[in-house]
Amino acid sequence: MDLLSMINAFLTKFSELINTTLVYSTALIFGALGGIFSERSGVVNIGIEGLMVSGAFASAVGAYYAEEANMGMWSPWIGLLTAMVFALIFALIHAVATITFKADQVISGVVINFLAAGVTVYLVKVLFNGAGQTETLNNVFGKWEIPLLSKIPYIGYAFFTAYPTTYIALILVAVTWFVLFKTPFGLRLRSVGEHPSAADTVGIKVKRIRYIAVLISGIFAGLGGATITLTTTSSFSHNTISGQGFIAMAAMIFGKWHPVGAMGAAVFFGMAQALNNFMRLFDFSKNIPQEFLYMLPYVLTILVLAGAVGRAKAPSALGEPYDPGKR
Amino acid sequence: MNKVVRVFTSDSAINPIVAIILGLLFGALVMLAGGYNPIEAYSSLFARIFGSSYDIGEAIRAITPLILTGLSVAFAFRTGLFNIGAEGQVVMGMTGATLIGVKVTGLPWIIHAPLAVIVGALFGGLWGAIAGYLKAKRGVNEVITTIMLNWIALFLSNYIVNAFLLEPKQQRSYMIQDSASLSIDWLSNLLNHARVHWGTLIALLAAVAFYIILMKTKQGFELRAVGHNIDAAKYAGMNVNRNMIKAMFISGIFAGLAGVFEILGVFHYQVVAAASPGYGFDGVAVSLLGANNPVGIVLGAALFGGLTYGSAGMSFGADVPPEIIRIVIGSVIFFVATQGIVKWILIPFYGKRKKERAS
Repeated sequence: MDLLSMINAFLTKFSELINTTLVYSTALIFGALGGIFSERSGVVNIGIEGLMVSGAFASAVGAYYAEEANMGMWSPWIGLLTAMVFALIFALIHAVATITFKADQVISGVVINFLAAGVTVYLVKVLFNGAGQTETLNNVFGKWEIPLLSKIPYIGYAFFTAYPTTYIALILVAVTWFVLFKTPFGLRLRSVGEHPSAADTVGIKVKRIRYIAVLISGIFAGLGGATITLTTTSSFSHNTISGQGFIAMAAMIFGKWHPVGAMGAAVFFGMAQALNNFMRLFDFSKNIPQEFLYMLPYVLTILVLAGAVGRAKAPSALGEPYDPGKR
Repeated sequence: MNKVVRVFTSDSAINPIVAIILGLLFGALVMLAGGYNPIEAYSSLFARIFGSSYDIGEAIRAITPLILTGLSVAFAFRTGLFNIGAEGQVVMGMTGATLIGVKVTGLPWIIHAPLAVIVGALFGGLWGAIAGYLKAKRGVNEVITTIMLNWIALFLSNYIVNAFLLEPKQQRSYMIQDSASLSIDWLSNLLNHARVHWGTLIALLAAVAFYIILMKTKQGFELRAVGHNIDAAKYAGMNVNRNMIKAMFISGIFAGLAGVFEILGVFHYQVVAAASPGYGFDGVAVSLLGANNPVGIVLGAALFGGLTYGSAGMSFGADVPPEIIRIVIGSVIFFVATQGIVKWILIPFYGKRKKERAS
């Protein structure tokens, strides 16, 4: 094999790696953005995992019934919509518990994870006659090829042949950045997370802003869960999400609660998962036991958090329920 | 995080009881909505728990690991840390116990079994200490690290079982040597082969140890001081970093023991698992319900372990999906955490009492 074809083979594989990376990253980007909204407003959201589970479930069910109603290629879009609504309900529970009743935010998040895991599997059994998973969907998202751009050698396949959800996620990164840092609402949201009583003094409705933030976080995380169902698994069962929400949280922290940083971190973790397949193509890495490759994203997360990035600074009022009567 | 500790150390016993009742009611509502009969479901649940001597033995088996993971989570909470990684520590405890139980041969029971217990406990303890170290020295949030360590533990133990302990053509390790078993054979025979083991006794002793370590030793005083007010502890000259690592180490030992007894007392082998068993996450629920105090934890574990064991009876007897118990447990924690709701519901009762006093 001459040098040129070796380079060609490597670049082809590498563009496949980037393509797969984007597939894995998409759900993480959604989850991390959701986390940013909630936590920037001062509400810890450890329930991202549960919100993603509920979104994944609702998208599978919504898309299934849309298929039954002969909506054809529109059914995955219906799935996205139902995912947002269903996750919103769970986010509302979190908001009521933490903002109105001042429950501990971490515990409430744990409850969301518990409830989402129980409710979704329960409903799957109720809706699908005791089956452990939803019916496999026929219509899921296919990869879009962006005209012209997708024809560029290697780069076209790597970046411009992707699921519509990936493009939505990337657009939402920009939107989130704009909303948080360039609009009055964003400024209020951040001020509520940094110093709620100061924000209250200048007339910002702390609780209302926090409610909106937590609900947005539910919608985003729901989309993240739906992404996994509608692009990768085509059905929902108890292990569809299996920890992606926690990784999304880690991406949020690694990205220092900034949408662009979180996107970078999500892509990094997505690549760690994609590497799993990539590593098996080379002689030197072929013999690494599978378990170590599975471990990789989690080990990298810890190393990254413990090492190079420096300490991440969380919003100052994170985790504190706002109590106007407190000095 | 301090708020967590405060919720856990509140001494009110009324709130948990009301929360349990509300949780069961909420579960009943969900069952009604799903078209099931909640009365039938709950009665088949309790029939399963107390149905026969076998069931009682098995329910105790299901309760035992929850006592230990509950103690584990609570111990960390008392020190101001949230150990959501009891799950991974359980898995590491299993692995340590299986390694010693399978690989070491020719020892008498009196040495082999305790050795397996100690090594398993140390595996769990060290796994917890990693998170403690990262928190103390690198400032990494222990919630994130312990979640990550849960997954790493799962895959690491799968690797160890696959590479060193695998029984050919099985998805599990070799059986442990008889000399490492903690099963109580005579009692097991008495209870129709329910898998009862000495671990239950040790779990109860662990609850006593929990109390003594925290409340009766200088170490425990320092640990609690760090949990109450980290700055005050620092100015009083306590080594906060060392206390964090120590707390996570002890917390990990409790969780590790839960895993140890699952291997040495119940299954006698370790499976290559796709997901971890979930005792650690239930431990969070147990410690919350038990208000962080050892007696409360034993009671909380009895409730959750009993419900979880009985839920199998629900799907069998009343055809209700056993996941409903997850919903019940989740809503019980919800009601404990949002004490505001419980207090709001109790207002009429408090009002009546006041009126009676006035008249």
